[in-house]
Formats: sequence, C-alpha cells, structure tokens
Amino acid sequence: MERVPLERKVLSENDRIAAELRARFQEHGILCLNLISSPGSGKTSLLERTLESLPRHDRVAVLTGDIQTENDANRLKRFNFPVKQITTGGTCHLDARMIERHLADWRLEDLDLLFIENVGNLVCPASYDLGEAAKIVVLSVTEGEDKPLKYPSIFFKSDLLVLNKVDLLPYVPFDINAAADNARKVHPGIEIVKVSCLAGNGLREWMNWLEQRRTAHKSLQETVS
Amino acid sequence: MRRETRQAASQQKIMHEMGIANSVLEAVRTEMGLHPGTYPSKVGVRIGEMAAIDQDALRFCFEAIIQETDLASLELGIEVCPRRHRCQVCRHDFVVRDYDSRCPQCATFETTCISGDELELAYLEVEEYGASTVGAKSTQ
Repeated sequence: MERVPLERKVLSENDRIAAELRARFQEHGILCLNLISSPGSGKTSLLERTLESLPRHDRVAVLTGDIQTENDANRLKRFNFPVKQITTGGTCHLDARMIERHLADWRLEDLDLLFIENVGNLVCPASYDLGEAAKIVVLSVTEGEDKPLKYPSIFFKSDLLVLNKVDLLPYVPFDINAAADNARKVHPGIEIVKVSCLAGNGLREWMNWLEQRRTAHKSLQETVS
Repeated sequence: MRRETRQAASQQKIMHEMGIANSVLEAVRTEMGLHPGTYPSKVGVRIGEMAAIDQDALRFCFEAIIQETDLASLELGIEVCPRRHRCQVCRHDFVVRDYDSRCPQCATFETTCISGDELELAYLEVEEYGASTVGAKSTQ
C-alpha cells in the first residue's frame, strides 16, 4: 500500500472560480456582499429597504438565489436596479459557478456594488466561497437566540450580523443581548446592527455600515491601482 | 434559459454533504489517473469542527454514491480538526472549547483562529493490482 498526500481543498474547483470572480470584482472595483440567513429572516426585505434608499444613479446590482420561483427578483426589480434570479432547482446553496454564469451578460464595469442573496439556509452556504468581500448573516428575533451556537460556521465567517425584526421584541421571548453575546462568543470580532425592515429601526446604522464598507473598498482600490 | 439552469442544477446534488462526497470522489478519480496499475483503497479528508459538515451525513452520502461502482470498496477516513486559536499577546496555541476563545495562559481575548474550518483532502491510499489480496475490489 502506498499513501499519496493530496493536500488540497475538497471544494478546490469552487474556490478556483471564486478566486477568479474575486479578481474580476477587484479589477472593476466592485464590492460584493453575500447575504445568508434561514428562510424568512428578512434578506429580501433588507435588500428592498436598501435599494429603496440608494440614489437612482447608484451602480448597484443584485443576484438572488432560491430553490424555485422568481418571486424575490420580482420584488427587487421594482427599484430599477439590475436584478437577476438564480433558481437552483434543488441545490441548498449558491456556488461560485452559478454566480459566474449569471454574471455573464452584465457589464461589470457598470457596477460598484453587488449583493448576492443566498438560498435561505444557515448551513451549506457557509462552505461556498462566491468571491465576495464579506459575508453578512441575518438573524431575526422570531428565531432562537442560540442560533449562533447551533450554526457556528456562518456566524464565524460573517463580518456583520444583522438582527432583524426588532419591532417584534415586545411580543417574543427573544433575548437580544444573549443573541449578540452568542454571536460574539463564536466570532469575537463580528459587527452587529439591530434593525426592523418593517418599522425602519436601525436601518440608518445598516446603511452607515454599508457606506463605510464601500468607502473602505474604494480607498483600498485606489491604493492598489 | 431557465430550463438550462434547472438542468445544470440537477446535475449537482441536492444535499450539501452529497456535493462534498461527489467532490471527494472526483478528486480520487483525477488522482488515480496519475497512478496506473493501482486501485484506491482509502481516501482521507480533514474536516474542521467549524466547517458545517455532518460526518455521518458525509459518510452516508459517500457510501451511497460508490455503491455498485468500481470504487465500491473505497474507504473514507475522516479526521475532525478542532478549532484552534493563537494568542496575539503570548503566542500560545490552544484548542477552543465551548466557544471560549480567551487565551488560557494570559486570559486575553486578543486571539485569532488558526484552524478549525478545514474541508480538505488529506491523502489517498493506493494498492497495486494483484500485489496483496486477490479480489480486493469485491465487496465483503
């Protein structure tokens, strides 16, 4: 018997495509953000509120993933930014190849910001690099505050936790401080914003985070070029 | 266009661990091209405890996809890697338990993750045809 060392990542093909995407985003100065959450936590609502408040001439686009239906794309198209639905037909996450394929007929030089709304799932999307600059995890107060401990991987890999539906806090037994503590336990450096996409609380804080990220990305870009 | 998307999606596997198992198997087949006259007996993978991979599900999927193929006797070795951090102050490396990422030596929270989200192919064991057991490929 001979043992041959392999020493490479299992998802090396996905990672290769993701690295190519990242290089293309870099080349065109695009900030790409990958939004991940359970189904129904409010990824699409957060994007609706975001697109609604961005200036019309802003160079923003959205790729939105679901197993079936074009519903999310239809919700987001109302804001007149380029939006494309990715229907995976069963796959529980987006992978880099799907992103590459759906970007094929967009002119990347026309974009500064790309949102990817992943398939609603706290597990699998954590494993697939899509070439994004950062992952953002959305958790709503109708879920359990122990979700960061139960699904550590995604909280560990996300730069920002958006705690959504805070307008419901008076009606649900959700301890928001415990949720934040649990997220920081898993990932001490994670940033946290508390929002209600319905009532509007905290959206300014979210938009500030986004703006800071865009500015930082731009200045990084200028340093590189 | 939509049909194309669906077809492409259906070629992938629905379950997460199924996709991982397929990628492992693809890597084995690619590697075997470099070792003529041998067959693979075991493939080793490293999985970090933060990698969001369920071991049992991976094993189940792996066994399901090799069944009744030429790789039916291929064994899957899984090494689970704990989450390790390194202290930025005293440089101590330690295993993180119960999500407590504080340095056990100097109690600072200034620690960074150095491992624990692995999803890697570690090794492949290959045997020469006819060298040891005849019919090693047949199922027991």
